Amino acid sequence: MSLYSSRRRTNALATTLCWTGTIFGLAWLVLILGALIYEGARGLTPAVFTEMTPPPGSSGGLLNAIAGSLVMTVIGVLLGTPLGMLAGTFMAEYGRYSKLATVVRFINDILLSAPSIVIGLFVYTVVVARVGHFSGIAGALALAVLVVPVVVRTTEDMLLLVPSPLREAAAALGLPRSHMLMRVAYRAAKSGIVTGVLLAVARVSGETAPLLFTSLNNQFWSTDLNAPVSSLPVVIFQFALSPYKDWQQLAWTGALLVTVAVLLLSITARALSSQGTQK
Amino acid sequence: MEAGFNRQTRDNSVSDLAIVDATPRAAEVDRRKVLGRMALFDFFFHNLTRAAAILVLLILGGVIFSLIYGSLPAIQAFGLGFLTTESWNPVTEKFGAVAPIYGTVVTSTIAMVIAVPLGLGIAIFLTELCPHALRRPIGVAIELLAGIPSIIYGIWGLFVLAPFLQQHVQPALISLTGDIPVLSSLFAGPPYGIGMLTAGFILAIMVLPFITSISRDVFDTVPPVLKEAASGVGCTTWEVMRYVVIPYTRVGVIGGVMLGLGRALGETMAVTFVIGNAHKVSSSLLAPGTTISATIANEFTEAVGDLYTSALIELGLILFVITFFVLAAARFMLMRIEQKSGA
Amino acid sequence: MTAMPVVEASIPTKVSVRDLDFYYGSSKALKSISLPLYTNKVTAFIGPSGCGKSTLLRILNRMYDLYPRQRAEGEVLLDGENILDPSIDLNLLRSRVGMVFQKPTPFPMSIYDNIAFGIRLYEKLSRSELDGRVEAALRGAALWDEVRDKLNSSGLGLSGGQQQRLCIARTVAIQPEVILFDEPCSALDPISTAKIEELIDELSERYTIAIVTHNMQQAARVSDYTAFMYLGDLVEFGETNNLFTAPQNKKTQDYITGRFG
Repeated sequence: MSLYSSRRRTNALATTLCWTGTIFGLAWLVLILGALIYEGARGLTPAVFTEMTPPPGSSGGLLNAIAGSLVMTVIGVLLGTPLGMLAGTFMAEYGRYSKLATVVRFINDILLSAPSIVIGLFVYTVVVARVGHFSGIAGALALAVLVVPVVVRTTEDMLLLVPSPLREAAAALGLPRSHMLMRVAYRAAKSGIVTGVLLAVARVSGETAPLLFTSLNNQFWSTDLNAPVSSLPVVIFQFALSPYKDWQQLAWTGALLVTVAVLLLSITARALSSQGTQK
Repeated sequence: MEAGFNRQTRDNSVSDLAIVDATPRAAEVDRRKVLGRMALFDFFFHNLTRAAAILVLLILGGVIFSLIYGSLPAIQAFGLGFLTTESWNPVTEKFGAVAPIYGTVVTSTIAMVIAVPLGLGIAIFLTELCPHALRRPIGVAIELLAGIPSIIYGIWGLFVLAPFLQQHVQPALISLTGDIPVLSSLFAGPPYGIGMLTAGFILAIMVLPFITSISRDVFDTVPPVLKEAASGVGCTTWEVMRYVVIPYTRVGVIGGVMLGLGRALGETMAVTFVIGNAHKVSSSLLAPGTTISATIANEFTEAVGDLYTSALIELGLILFVITFFVLAAARFMLMRIEQKSGA
Repeated sequence: MTAMPVVEASIPTKVSVRDLDFYYGSSKALKSISLPLYTNKVTAFIGPSGCGKSTLLRILNRMYDLYPRQRAEGEVLLDGENILDPSIDLNLLRSRVGMVFQKPTPFPMSIYDNIAFGIRLYEKLSRSELDGRVEAALRGAALWDEVRDKLNSSGLGLSGGQQQRLCIARTVAIQPEVILFDEPCSALDPISTAKIEELIDELSERYTIAIVTHNMQQAARVSDYTAFMYLGDLVEFGETNNLFTAPQNKKTQDYITGRFG
């Protein structure tokens, strides 16, 4: 009986620790989001969306940074998504059992969690150092390199979820694999792949490190992608570490905007994918 | 194709056969043409996807090659001494990687010491203890938090956590450990707020959702019958976890932890804000330090001279090599648990 | 089923399997199989699970080609042409040899498109011609009356039996010469099963049919010829009536009397 009660005590202790751990862990996250909303919302004025980033000591907005982020993210996603989908298709379909697919799968998983700052260095040496100046294009390329592995992974996973009888049924009609993909498999995997792309956008839109030395920053409105372009994360980084109160406030507001955008994207992605699986 | 489906044809099947046989043959010529066109497209599409897959390989190859190429000047100038030199002096162009490597290892260690038990605890909570109604919301919340950009953690660490630690926690740590031999040197010096301990803290909060969600996924691979069998012989919840679930999933959990470690090692923005960017090896966790990624982020755009830039790229190369092996090991282990649950 | 006491040589052979061996990796799944599929007859493959009956069926349209490390040796002649020849156009072969699967496999599109899809691939038709062909195929699969009002709703919304008939209609729509059925009723209720069996009977007037089934009564009901397989061997092949009433082989007798399997 005493053995039993000591076992029960251990169990109670362990479960209590798990409960506390969860509360403790969640508390930090609540604190972070709380501070973000509190500090960020204070600076949330229309000027944020209509004015350019200000010089030190004066007020302004984040318009050029928001636009720069949008443009580079869109280009990065447009470049990375087709490449990722094609490679993912190869791994799930044509090359499913090939050595090449096994190697690419492994490499892709590494790229998926590789430090993003290293990707920045890569694009710096390959593009920026060659061309001789920082540019929005280089930033978009760095983001594309980050998008690719996410899309490869989800495309492969989603195509693998397409039941093989469906694949066989299409083949039984005489369809080559490419037609089966276009007409049947992509359709069946659509919501999953869209989810993957949205998650990739979410990941990329908060990335700072790879932009620091590719697109750099630009205090002014610029539509020239061949020149440095401002982006929200880089502005947040620069302004937060500055000694100026106005800049710090803008950094908080920018951080709130980025977080809201990322959370909205992930929630949409999640809703889409759960809708897809309910069918 | 309009089949009459009346049964009288059965008897004179031979005469019917001629018709049946003739129709498809005529269609076959057209079909061959159509299929030829489709096959050509298929050939094209097949090779397009293969080219894309190869391009993914080339990107990784390009990353490695460009890092090696970019760090050649530094490798030639410093050789292996780069790995053993502490000094980092842009003026005299003497660079050594010891301080950033040390900072990277220390902050990641702090992060893992905090986040691994906590993450496993939360994963256990989610799979075994959590009331059903809360399971999904908490799970989703944790996954959403894993997606919050690191710069958010950084700005919070700089403006909220660092001042808090400086005023309330660090002075207490210093006075508490003042007389204890080893600990006093770990927690020595003035409370700066920013420093390696704070960076480790932030990293812990960042990797916590990762470790939690991977461990939870891994725990979910345990066949329910196994857990039911253990409960059936009278095991408590904790005993089921301790003697069934964790041994069964050990490889996968280690894989998940390594994946978290890979993230912590390479994490840039959250650390850069609060590390203090000081190129020195200090025994006190409260002292400012630097990590590989923070050094690159802080100094790269300001680096003048090829050797300075090259030294920073070599740091990037070292970081990439370390994370490559950690991530490769993690993937290898996670692959093994996937095979196990698949079999 | 009408028993047709014919001399076998007088019926034309559509498919002729000769000395067929099949391997999954290094394990041999079929051992030197030889049998004919007679034109416009239904041939059933029966036997305990793992005997190779589905494997044999999936060789007839080279479905196994989708997977690695599977290979066939020997000859399978379709109208005299060896379909195991590596140079054969696989997609053309599969357009000539249709297949219906164990579980219904409607494509994720509307009922209409499920049928029209295959037709459109091979023929350029006007809208009204296409409508006619879709209707004919659905009528042929005895599904028209049930779906005529909802042609534009998803094929996934039909019941299991309806889905299976949709798949049959889809197969028939592209006008194959041979139709392979891989346990087409194993996922269906008895009423749906009866409908499918009736359909197979009707289809046999225009198509050469092979059906794999684990249900001996079904084989007896729908087929003209039956092949009994056991552990990769073809134990006995003959007219269904003869095979079920007077099996030549002890193993066949044991199996059809329910002593094993």
